[in-house]
Amino acid sequence: MSKKNCNNPSSKSVDRRSFLKGTAFGLASLAIPFGTSDASVWEAFFQKHFREMNDDEIKSVIKRMEKEYADEYKTGFKIKTTGPLPGVKFGYGLDLSRCIGCRRCVYACVKENNQSREPQIHWITVLQFEKGEKWVNVFEEADRYYNPQEVPEEGHFYMPVQCQQCENPPCVKVCPTQATWKERDGIVVVDYNWCIGCRYCMAACPYGARHFNWGKPQIDKKELNPDVHYLGNRPRYKGVVEKCTFCIQRTRENPGRYPACVEICPVGARKFGNLLDPESEIRYCIENKRVFRLKEDLNTSPKFYYFFAI
Amino acid sequence: MSDLLQPVKNLFTTMKFMAKGGKWYYGWLAFLSLFILIGVVSYIKQLDQGMILTAMRDQVSWGFYISNFTFLVGVAAAAVLLVVPAYLYNFKPIKEIVLLGEILAITAIIMCLMFVISDLGRPERGWHILPIIGAMNFPSSLLAWDVLVLNGYLAINCTAVFYVLYRLSLGKEYKMSVLWPIIILSIPWAISIHTVTAFLYNGLSSRPFWNASILAPRFIASALCSGPALMLLIFQIVRRVSKMEISDVAIFKIAELIAYTMGLNLFLFAAEFFKEFYSGSVHLAPMQYPYFGLHGHSKLVIWMWLAFIFNLTAFFIFLRPKTRENFFSLNLACILIITGVYIEKGMGLIIPGFIPDVLGEIYEYGPSAIEKGVSLGIWAFGALFFTLFLKFALPVYTGDLRFKSSGSEKTE
Repeated sequence: MSKKNCNNPSSKSVDRRSFLKGTAFGLASLAIPFGTSDASVWEAFFQKHFREMNDDEIKSVIKRMEKEYADEYKTGFKIKTTGPLPGVKFGYGLDLSRCIGCRRCVYACVKENNQSREPQIHWITVLQFEKGEKWVNVFEEADRYYNPQEVPEEGHFYMPVQCQQCENPPCVKVCPTQATWKERDGIVVVDYNWCIGCRYCMAACPYGARHFNWGKPQIDKKELNPDVHYLGNRPRYKGVVEKCTFCIQRTRENPGRYPACVEICPVGARKFGNLLDPESEIRYCIENKRVFRLKEDLNTSPKFYYFFAI
Repeated sequence: MSDLLQPVKNLFTTMKFMAKGGKWYYGWLAFLSLFILIGVVSYIKQLDQGMILTAMRDQVSWGFYISNFTFLVGVAAAAVLLVVPAYLYNFKPIKEIVLLGEILAITAIIMCLMFVISDLGRPERGWHILPIIGAMNFPSSLLAWDVLVLNGYLAINCTAVFYVLYRLSLGKEYKMSVLWPIIILSIPWAISIHTVTAFLYNGLSSRPFWNASILAPRFIASALCSGPALMLLIFQIVRRVSKMEISDVAIFKIAELIAYTMGLNLFLFAAEFFKEFYSGSVHLAPMQYPYFGLHGHSKLVIWMWLAFIFNLTAFFIFLRPKTRENFFSLNLACILIITGVYIEKGMGLIIPGFIPDVLGEIYEYGPSAIEKGVSLGIWAFGALFFTLFLKFALPVYTGDLRFKSSGSEKTE
């Protein structure tokens, strides 16, 4: 692209200059593929923050993105930008007395939400505890790589952990670019096109709910879910953070669908609903069961309730 | 017309000065260039394949880059803070201390920024963090604060150094009435860059190891050890290779002051150590990991004790007048302190924040070859930048390099 400037008499400063130039060139060549010479590359580079775009701008971004995804994944994607439903605040319940630790939720989530298969990213982590060991807020005795022939294992119990959708989310507080925020229906989302990948949110999250795309996310074409939401399960990029969104692409529809983890759970341990609706199942659980939330001492105020039905 | 060409001529004069040097000088530049090259190659690889080439993972999401960043913020702050004792004790070379300190601060901040950028997953989106054109999350995010104070500090020090060198290069004395306000501003600002960086970790309630109020004071105390120790080495090199005079008295006085700040640093460490181990709550684990190992994982243990022994030894060397006034033991102690604080404030501070992780997993981290390559490259770049800067600034200071015309532009 650029020829090295050779008529400089000082060899020392050439060192530094060529270094700077080399870096700049390297950066540019990797970040912006000149080969494509496509205006969309620059459009993507200058794309505004999701919440600062007007409807027309969002429409044109979605159009560009659908084309990009189609080119890359050879699959037609439908990218939704459905906003929060009025009068809705989502809440989640998990019945620990039922959970058998089968991890079906983990993989249903991966499939529904287009997580990278290589390297693997899971939004749900199932912790296994030995009965009688320390647990609740101290996870040092937990095993997340348990791998027996059959679950549940004798003398053990299980606690799945995922994004707790805090009312007071520490991740949102620390993000230096406002690339993550809490929506009106209580879901904490990430704009994957605004995140700079500094990972401050991961240091701040007390639940290990945020995951980074350390490598380029890879998904087999056959396993792609083309029904996606801009703030949710659309395929991610290398170098950005992602997290559970309560399956925003399902739950915001009207009529909505349950999140994939709720739907798949074979023992019915997972409950989901509108916290503002007194008739909802989640409200019933909160009002009639003895519920607790993880790490209450940190005052993050999760909308994710654990309880024991039996 | 000649007025317009003058800046270009000055630039060439400057470059001639930078290019002149002995065998050792060229050797040093070649040596640094090699490492810079390694750094560039490593970084390009990282950009291409992603951060997966580092040893960082979701469990330990910050590593060697952020460790180096943290240490260097301390260096940047402390270099300028030396002005305070220099003023109080009325050292003869106060102007030299100011100039060298500020050049070191500029270098350290540039290195800090390079380390942070190396740590970004999407460096090309770095502008999102800026105010107005981006969406800076100010005042909520401490990282936004850090961007402001670090760049402000860089600007302040660049202004001061530019002003001094500009005046001197034209053969004019610089006015202390202009320089003092900048220096007075830079002193609290130096404290602020370090405090804000400490708060960046300190404010995270999810990480009990960082979430202790002693963190910021310990940051300042350890920076006041490593920064001046580095300056002592630089003073000795500078007075050997240039006409700049720095008296032994000043050097010994600074060594004595390091003894006090190291004493304070060790005391604060003891306070934290006692609190964690005596109360022995569940928050002990991340403190236990670096000093005694956790469930058989003990990668950091040897380093942490080494750092402690280094710091303690240097403390005693600087405390005794006899050993601090002997250049062999003085320099040994400087190196011990720089290494000790580098371990303690770098990896020793960042990694235990993530071990065990928030869900109790222990993922032992050690930097990968790519991380080492990039970091070496940045250190070499810093050394090269500092060398070239001094190569230009020292002759200007001692009067060997003068520009002809007035109103001319000058470069670093």
